[in-house]
Amino acid sequence: MAKKTKTMNLNFGPQHPAAHGVLRLILKLDGEVVENIDPHIGLLHRGTEKLIEHKTYTQALPYFDRLDYVAPMNQEHAFALAIEKLLNVEVPLRGQYIRVLFCEIGRILSHLLNITTQALDVGALTPSLWGFEERETLMTFYERVSGSRLHANYFRPGGVHKDLPRGLTDDIMSFCETFPKILDDIETLLTDNRIFKQRNVDIGIVTQKDALDYSFSGVMLRGSGVAWDLRKSQPYECYKDFNFKIPIGKNGDCYDRYLCRVEEMRESIKIIKDCIKKMPSGPVKSIDGKITPPKREDLKNSMEALIHHFKLFSEGFRVPEGEIYTAVEAPKGEFGVYLISDGSNKPYKCKIRAPGFSHLQSMDYLLKGHMLADVPAVLGSLDIVFGEVDR
Amino acid sequence: MLTNLNDLEKTINSGLSTGVIKSEIIFGQLYIDIDIENIVSTILFLKNNEKCRFKQLIDITAADYPQKDKRFKIIYLLLSHENNFRVIINVNIDEKDLVSSITKIFPSANWMEREIFDMYGISFKNHPDLRRILTDYNFEGFPLRKDFPLTGHTEVRYSEDKKKVVYEPVKLDQEYRNFDFESPWEGTKYTNKGLKKK
Repeated sequence: MAKKTKTMNLNFGPQHPAAHGVLRLILKLDGEVVENIDPHIGLLHRGTEKLIEHKTYTQALPYFDRLDYVAPMNQEHAFALAIEKLLNVEVPLRGQYIRVLFCEIGRILSHLLNITTQALDVGALTPSLWGFEERETLMTFYERVSGSRLHANYFRPGGVHKDLPRGLTDDIMSFCETFPKILDDIETLLTDNRIFKQRNVDIGIVTQKDALDYSFSGVMLRGSGVAWDLRKSQPYECYKDFNFKIPIGKNGDCYDRYLCRVEEMRESIKIIKDCIKKMPSGPVKSIDGKITPPKREDLKNSMEALIHHFKLFSEGFRVPEGEIYTAVEAPKGEFGVYLISDGSNKPYKCKIRAPGFSHLQSMDYLLKGHMLADVPAVLGSLDIVFGEVDR
Repeated sequence: MLTNLNDLEKTINSGLSTGVIKSEIIFGQLYIDIDIENIVSTILFLKNNEKCRFKQLIDITAADYPQKDKRFKIIYLLLSHENNFRVIINVNIDEKDLVSSITKIFPSANWMEREIFDMYGISFKNHPDLRRILTDYNFEGFPLRKDFPLTGHTEVRYSEDKKKVVYEPVKLDQEYRNFDFESPWEGTKYTNKGLKKK
């Protein structure tokens, strides 16, 4: 007697702990084998690009914190760089170093969240508890420098908002001493763990060609063996001054991507240490008073400073006409901003290129023929944050 | 292998000859303008040409210029890892034009084109699955068009009487206030240069 089989449609989400946010998947299943996936996104769509068109450049910047909210400053960086290029402003060296310092902290923040929650998705609870404690420490660094743990609004066109508070570099340095040990501990739980390997090795394999065709970037691309990192290949800011390695995967599966992320965190620690050692003194933001606001203490004594401050925070600055694409290597991949300026104080158009968007779209390609239980494992290794996918 | 953007510009101009309306290099990036009929052939050329090797589509986006004859501009961003170049392709199109989809060349174009369709209402030919993507189910209008109001047209709330989420036209207690802070003054021109001289 022939067995009758019927494909089943299964709705996954929009509220599901393994969906890393609000994702709705329509799965077509043959038994437990996935035949087709149709992701429905946009449940966290807030119209960021439309809002930015109605705000001055200064007011638009905080929206970037709310995209990939686990590594806020990396996003701000792309927008600030775009404006700086159009304005042709130079950022003082100290400002650049502080930016690199906090971008790398952001990378660790993001990777820590990702590898620990990926472990959580495949059944390991402890790494997330250990990882989140470290994230908390890192977020206090964010708080000390910008006043808030997540929505920093710290990178401004022309530099950074304020200089580092006293003692912060020492504390970051001591974090760099203790953190590798904790990373080792997390690795003892995962890297050679039988269950973790069974769930991740040979799952969600991406070939080099497909990684390129599907517009993958960041770890998704490097996990498949493409040596490409914008910090090295198209160096922005002062990344040229640092010596670091780019870990590359071999098999392009979930496990390789996990290994790449762990290794990248170790490299980031190296950059942070180097950065603090080399940190030059001097101003942290451009001295062009038409773009960056004056010092707080000057407001009490100088009429010009007061006028500039008022004008910068009401009218804002004008950006010359032009179109530009700038990209940074955010923890999740290439985060880009396509900015069109019409010469006024508001962006005419600001397209945000989020790496997660193209990663998520490949779900169908990645999971065809896999088991249902692999869906969260692959989703975890894609490193999706809905703030940036839905915008 | 090409090492220079100018060489790339020459290669593209000679390879596509009349297809390129304009090409220029600004901020170290190559911008080329093409016609709507040439989208597929240009992108195929850029992807497969031995010298160009633009193997990755970074993004597709659009911009709305309501006052122009050809209302929209579609922008394709391509990246060549081997040559380490980016190219930006601009295509001016009319509101009613059908744009050829490039999903056959780059599968990742699928969602990018859906997003443009969703946000600007530009339609694509031969797209496998042209649905809205980011906006709500049954959404009406195209949010990123310049004539779409920032507040939108509908708002949602949970209705206690009907025991479900209801859609209603937007009612604002206070009109949206769009302050025009922009000073009519031209401002000073010397700032940047003057500071550098010091």
